[in-house]
Amino acid sequence: MTTLTEAPAPVEERAPERKPRRNFTPWALLLPGLLWLTVFFLVPILTSVSASVQTGNYDDGFKLTWHFANYKDALTKFGPQYYHSLVYSLLTTVFCLALAYPVAYFIAFKGGRWKTLLMALVIVPSFTSFLIRTIAWKTILADNGSVVHALNDLHLLKITTALGWTVGNHVLASPAAVVCGMVYNFLPFTILPLYTSLEKIDPRLHEAGADLYCGPFQTWRRVTLPLSMPGVIGGTLLTFIPAVGDYINAQLLGNPNTTVVGQRIEDLFLRQSDGYPVGSAMSVVMMVGTLVIVMTYIWRAGTEDLL
Amino acid sequence: MSSHDVLGRTEGGDLRLVGLTKRYGSFTAVDDLSLTIPQGSFFALLGASGCGKTTTLRMISGLEDPTIGQIHLGDQEVTDLKPYRRPVNTVFQNYALFPHLDIYENVAFGLRRRGVKDVKTAVVDMLNLVELGHLAKRKPTQLSGGQQQRIALARALINQPQVLLLDEPLGALDLKLRRQMQIELKRIQTEVGLTFVHVTHDQEEAMTMADTIAVMNHGRIEQLGSPAELYENPATTFVANFLGQSNLIQAAVEGETDGVVTVSAHGQQLKLDAKRCRSTSGKIILGVRPEKVQIATDRADVPAGFNALTGGKVVDTSFIGVSTQYLVQMPSGEELSVFEQNTGRTIQRPGTEVVVYWDPSQGFGLEGTQDIEAGADADEEAAA
Repeated sequence: MTTLTEAPAPVEERAPERKPRRNFTPWALLLPGLLWLTVFFLVPILTSVSASVQTGNYDDGFKLTWHFANYKDALTKFGPQYYHSLVYSLLTTVFCLALAYPVAYFIAFKGGRWKTLLMALVIVPSFTSFLIRTIAWKTILADNGSVVHALNDLHLLKITTALGWTVGNHVLASPAAVVCGMVYNFLPFTILPLYTSLEKIDPRLHEAGADLYCGPFQTWRRVTLPLSMPGVIGGTLLTFIPAVGDYINAQLLGNPNTTVVGQRIEDLFLRQSDGYPVGSAMSVVMMVGTLVIVMTYIWRAGTEDLL
Repeated sequence: MSSHDVLGRTEGGDLRLVGLTKRYGSFTAVDDLSLTIPQGSFFALLGASGCGKTTTLRMISGLEDPTIGQIHLGDQEVTDLKPYRRPVNTVFQNYALFPHLDIYENVAFGLRRRGVKDVKTAVVDMLNLVELGHLAKRKPTQLSGGQQQRIALARALINQPQVLLLDEPLGALDLKLRRQMQIELKRIQTEVGLTFVHVTHDQEEAMTMADTIAVMNHGRIEQLGSPAELYENPATTFVANFLGQSNLIQAAVEGETDGVVTVSAHGQQLKLDAKRCRSTSGKIILGVRPEKVQIATDRADVPAGFNALTGGKVVDTSFIGVSTQYLVQMPSGEELSVFEQNTGRTIQRPGTEVVVYWDPSQGFGLEGTQDIEAGADADEEAAA
C-alpha cells in the first residue's frame, strides 16, 4: 500500500473532457403529446375525482365538501349494474378470444398472399359507424328475423329463455343480444393483436414441434399458444377495457334488466340535477376497478417473461 | 441385430428409399430416387440449391409426403407415418429453437412430449456432450450462432432417433466456426453411432464429414460413393465439376492396348488408364484434376511416359502461399487449370510458353456426349 502511495502520480496532460451536449429534441417531440394528455386526460380525471366528493345541484352549483358518502352511494346502490358490466364484458372477452384466435391463426398461417386482404376485410366493417352497426343487430335479432325463427324451429329459444339469456320469445332486448352486439363490435380489436403476434411466429417452429413428437394439438399447446401469449393478452385488454365501459350495446340491444354502469352514469349526469357527484364517484370506481383487474391479469399472465 | 433401447423402440435397420418421387404441379423436385443408407453411417446428400436434396430430407422426416414411393426404416415402412410418429429427428437449417423455452427445456422437449418422467440426467448428459452445460438457463436468443447450432443438435440427439437429419446445419456459421463444427459433428456421430443424413451444398463440408456422399442433380442421384471415389473417379462431368475442379478436354479414342487407352486431343496423343474410363470408344472427355497437373518451360523436363500438351501459354498466375494457381491457355483457346504446390520452384509469369504434363494414371475418361460445363458454376450458385 505504502509503496503505491509514495510513487508520485504522473501529471497527465489530457485534453479536457468534453461536456455531453444537451439534446432537447426528444423533449420537443414529446411536448405535443404531453400537452394533449394533460389537457384531455389528466385534467378531466382530476376534475372527476374532485367532482366525486362535491355536493350540490345544477341550479345552485357544486361545492367541494369532501363528501365521501358519494362513494357509499356509488358502491351500494348500483350492484346489478356493476355485475352486468363485469359479466357482459368478461363474456365478451372470452367469446371474442374464442372466435378471434382461429380467424387470426388461419390468416397468419394459411393466408398466404391473401393475408393483407383478409385482414382488411376484418377491419372494413369499422368503416361504418359504431351506432349504425349496433342498430343493424336490431334487425338481425328481430322477432320476425331468421335468427329467432331458426332458434324457435330448433326449440333452442325455450332453453335460452329458461337459462335467462333470452326473454320470452324474443332474442332482442335480452342479455344474449347485448353480448352478441358487444362481441361483434369488439371482435376486430381481439383479432388484430392476435394476428400480429401469430404472424411473427416462424412456421418452422411448428415443423420442429412435429419433429419432436407433438401432434397438431400439442404443437399448438406447447409452441404456438405460449408464443402468441402477448397477442392473447393484448387482445384481452383491448377488448375488455372498452367493453367494461360500453353502454351503447346495453342501451340499444338490452332491456331495463340489463342496464350497465355506463347507462346509470349517463342517467345521473344528464337526467338528475344532483346526480353529478355520484356519477363521478361511479366513474372513479369503474376506473380503479378496471385498473385493478387489468393489473392482476397482467401480473398473473406473467407478460414480462413473454414480451 | 435389433435390440430395445430405454424407450422401448426397436433399434437398428437401414434407411431405404424406394422409388421416391415428389412433384409440385408440373415440377419434379425428386425423381424416382432409390437409396439405401446403412445404419450408423454418416451420409451426405450433396447438390446445388433446387436439386431436391432438402425435399428428400423432408420426406424422410415426414414433413413432406412423397408423390410416389416408399420409405423404410429397418423392417418398418414409415411412408405414411406422421412426422411425430417417426423415430427420426431433424436439425433444422435455422435451428428453429423454441424462443419461449430456455436451453434446458428446449433440449428436454422431445423427451417430455413422449412422457419420459425423469429427463434431468439425459438433458445434463446431452448438454455436456455439446459442451454447453453452463448455458442451461439461457434463452436461445442469448446464444451465439454456433451455440444455437449445438443446442439444435442436442435437442434432436437426445431422442436417440434411428436417423438424424441435418439440413444445411452449418450454413449460417462463418468459415472458421464451420470447420470447427464439422470436426465436432463427426466426433459426436462416431460417439453416438447413429445414422446421420446430412444435406449440404458445400462439397468440402460433405467430403470432410461423410462416409458416403450422394451427389444430386435435378432430383436424381448423379453418383454415389465415398468422398475419395467421387473425387478420383467421377462418373459424369457434373460430378467432376461440382466436386472440386476438373480440367475436362474433348478427346477421340484411337485405340486400347494392355489396359491403356490412347486418345488424341489438341492434335496430340495422350494416354489413359482403361479402368478409369467410363467409355473407351469414339469421343470421350478426358479429365484431370488441377493439382495432378504440372507445368514446365521445356519439353525435355517432362518425365518419360507422362502425358504432355504443348503450346500452352500462362495467362494468369495467382500465388496463394501454399500453392500457385496457373491458368494455361491452349492454342485452341481452351483454358486449363494447374495447382502447383509451393515446393520452391520458379513461379511462371503470365505470358510464358509452357508444356502441361501429368501422370497418365491420374486422368479419367467420361462419356463424350455430355455437357462439358455441367455443374461448373453450380457451386457458386448454391453459395450465393
